[in-house]
Amino acid sequence: MRKLTSRIMSGPYIIWMIIFTVIPLGLIVYNGFTNSAGNFTLDNVAAIADPVNAKPLLLSFEMSLIVTGVCLILAFPLALILSKYSKNKNSFIVMIFILPMWMNFMLRTLAWRLILLNNGFLNQWLTTIGLDPIYLMNTKTAIVLGTAYDYFPFMVLPIYNAISKIDKDVICAAQDLGATGMRIITKIIMPLSLPGVISGITMVLVPSMSEFVIADMLGGGKVYLIGNVIEQSFNSGYADVHMGSGLSLSLMVFIIISMIIYRIFDKGEEADGVW
Amino acid sequence: MRKNVLKRCVSLIAGCMILASSVLLTSCGSSDGERKSSNQIVVFNYGDYIDRDLIDKFEKETGIEVAYEEFLTPEAMYTKYKNGSVKYDLICCSDYMLDKMIKEGEVEKIDRSKMKNIDNIGKTYWELSKSFDPTLEYTVPYFWGTVGILYNTKMMDHVPDSWNDLWDKKYSNNIIMQNSVRDSFIPALIRNGSDINTTDEGELRRALEDLKNQKEIVQSYLVDEIRDDMANDQAAMGLIYSGEASLARDYNDALEYVVPKEGSDIWMDSFVIPKGGKNYDGAVKFLDFLCREDVAMTNFEYVYYSTPNEKVLEQIDDEEKEGNPAIFPDESVLKRCDIFSYLGKDTEELYNRLWKELKAY
Amino acid sequence: MVNKVKHFFEKFYLVLIIIILYMPIAVLIVSSFNASEKNKAKWGGFSIAAYGKLFKDELIMDALYTTLLLAGGAAIIATVLGTLVCIGMIGMKKKMRSVIMGVTNVPLLNADIVTGIALMLLFTRFTELSFTTMLISHITLIIPYVVLSVQPKVLQMNMSTYEAALDLGASPAYAVCKVIIPEIMPGILSGFLLAFTMSLDDFSVTYFTKAPGIHTMSTMINAEYRKGIQTEIYALSTIVFLIVLIVLFIINRRSAAADRKEAAVQ
Repeated sequence: MRKLTSRIMSGPYIIWMIIFTVIPLGLIVYNGFTNSAGNFTLDNVAAIADPVNAKPLLLSFEMSLIVTGVCLILAFPLALILSKYSKNKNSFIVMIFILPMWMNFMLRTLAWRLILLNNGFLNQWLTTIGLDPIYLMNTKTAIVLGTAYDYFPFMVLPIYNAISKIDKDVICAAQDLGATGMRIITKIIMPLSLPGVISGITMVLVPSMSEFVIADMLGGGKVYLIGNVIEQSFNSGYADVHMGSGLSLSLMVFIIISMIIYRIFDKGEEADGVW
Repeated sequence: MRKNVLKRCVSLIAGCMILASSVLLTSCGSSDGERKSSNQIVVFNYGDYIDRDLIDKFEKETGIEVAYEEFLTPEAMYTKYKNGSVKYDLICCSDYMLDKMIKEGEVEKIDRSKMKNIDNIGKTYWELSKSFDPTLEYTVPYFWGTVGILYNTKMMDHVPDSWNDLWDKKYSNNIIMQNSVRDSFIPALIRNGSDINTTDEGELRRALEDLKNQKEIVQSYLVDEIRDDMANDQAAMGLIYSGEASLARDYNDALEYVVPKEGSDIWMDSFVIPKGGKNYDGAVKFLDFLCREDVAMTNFEYVYYSTPNEKVLEQIDDEEKEGNPAIFPDESVLKRCDIFSYLGKDTEELYNRLWKELKAY
Repeated sequence: MVNKVKHFFEKFYLVLIIIILYMPIAVLIVSSFNASEKNKAKWGGFSIAAYGKLFKDELIMDALYTTLLLAGGAAIIATVLGTLVCIGMIGMKKKMRSVIMGVTNVPLLNADIVTGIALMLLFTRFTELSFTTMLISHITLIIPYVVLSVQPKVLQMNMSTYEAALDLGASPAYAVCKVIIPEIMPGILSGFLLAFTMSLDDFSVTYFTKAPGIHTMSTMINAEYRKGIQTEIYALSTIVFLIVLIVLFIINRRSAAADRKEAAVQ
């Protein structure tokens, strides 16, 4: 009897996920392994090795690593300090750091455009205080800045959650035993907050690797990422659904592999959700 | 007991489904429902290429609802159209893409007997259209223009009247190029003495090498944003369409437009009715509406591109024409310009390949 | 002394990050009041004209309406479906449960662009793009967040009350409504909120599954910023920021009150 209930309750969800997640993915796989005549081919998947696709992929990977690194370096101390001031993730001070995430993604990126334009806010400020203007717009740096800004809260939250869960007694014990502040951070807080760090890295790395709008808005068409390649093969250029699907598959595999690689370091610990 | 449970569970699920479907239905009401009554047309056009008030006006006058959608480049348009997920009733695009669609048999003939205002379009422009629509049965001209360089007189000491100026290292990080395949190749092809409609791989490859060399001094590759960036003194030179140039000049007095002496591209944007559209009559009505004198005038004043509508042209005084060579070019400029044509599938694929090489360079 | 220095550096760091986080938003807000039509970085006098234009701008207002309708509808349906499956998973075998959780993780680990493309392929094959397909896409995108928020609460739940209710003759459906749902309510609420936010913020999936003539805020901004100086959009960002500020403040106050209550009970 109870089995029946659970089936009926999970039925709609399962049906939904099959129709709108599994089948669409199946379509990508199907398109990725066939050509326009409907015959099996490996060309679309192999196309990732073509320099015009491989270069953007590597560039995306490089930039997403930088973005993740920047976020991590800035977020860890922040989470550490925040956890000292507040134990509650709903507290006002934590909210302050998450609030920008609620602004529309496009508006946030648009703001960076205003700041970085050649005669935008940044250069106006610089020239006002007598410095030379710097031209960041349409460079990789601009995209890294914009992307890191967009995904920063996704790094802060999981780390903060992990740190606030650490038992205060452990830290007190270490202090009693004569550990210095630095040793406590490196020997206790860092290892214990690892699940949060890992989940933060996932939350930042995956979306920043497939990014294409930020590159569009801040890169001025000069920086070509794998997201742009895929988007173009569906939406502009002389579209090729099969090629685009093949490249999407390659991107998925690439992301999964990079996930697996550092999940190995994670040693199977359950990662902490954002909330 | 068992029956009871089942009943309650089913009613729970049913409740959720009703909730879900009611949200779905209310939301569809505005899009799907009306589409079925075929009282809607879907128009696909370049960005910022119509006075939106005119759409309201058309809706009020005819009761036909207009779903208006925009694209950035002809290639993007074609892809979305071919995709088939949206059935467009009316598409506005440029010469070579229309050429392609007509050759592929993708468009319907336009019934001119239903268009009272079709004669407002001047003869010259029908002649120009013949290059891509030889029988003139498929297209109705919308706006036309040239491709040239928009430059900022405050930032430059000479008039960039040659395409070679776009390769001048003195203006490093001060040049904006088009983010559209065919257009971006114009300067490189012409400065090498090639035809803009060349299908020769060697010539195209050489143009690509030039563009690759140019990439380090290019500030950005943009489409619609060029106008705004140039108006904001972001760059010294920009490869731009004449219509956009004249709009940018409204914002910034320091801007001037020039069609380089080596020659350039003259383009024509026309409307076509693609096959598979659901509301042919509505589409023709909208086209006729756009050709109507008062509407064309309002639209011209908003879009401010060169109009093919003679009735509008008659109303513009000579002073205005002389003050704006960008959209009222003289004969000598037009003589050195060529119009794009569709180059066939092989060259199209080659272009695509070269374009990706440039972007990934 | 050392402590004081440390304290100073901590405060300094917090302030520094706050400045970096809020500078772009401040730039948007300042721009909305800038009368200068040409360059927003140069101050051209104070003006609130943009706000007047904003409310008259049909394009923006339509986009705002669509965004809210889409996010609201998608979040409600996703919450219902997600909560049901979480409760349903209680009575399931472990294997089945891990299969469901595996599928749930797919849209999360998949890049948004791939999710968008996959759905586009599905829709173009079988139907036409419309508001409904956008709604479906958003539900698919945000459903995992609901499941991930509700699932832990279900696992933490004490099953004996539910069993007791059953033993006392309550039907499972009745027990679910009266025992389980109230207990996992915080998870459902935070799932709903997260789903709503994710839908509001989405660009990639909407971009690929968008119906003609319909814009969400994200796609509208993406299409409009190219056309030049749109002061209305900056005005819009001020308003969005204010709404977000107020909503978060209310949520914050309520949950703080709830926490205090909990603490008092303990």
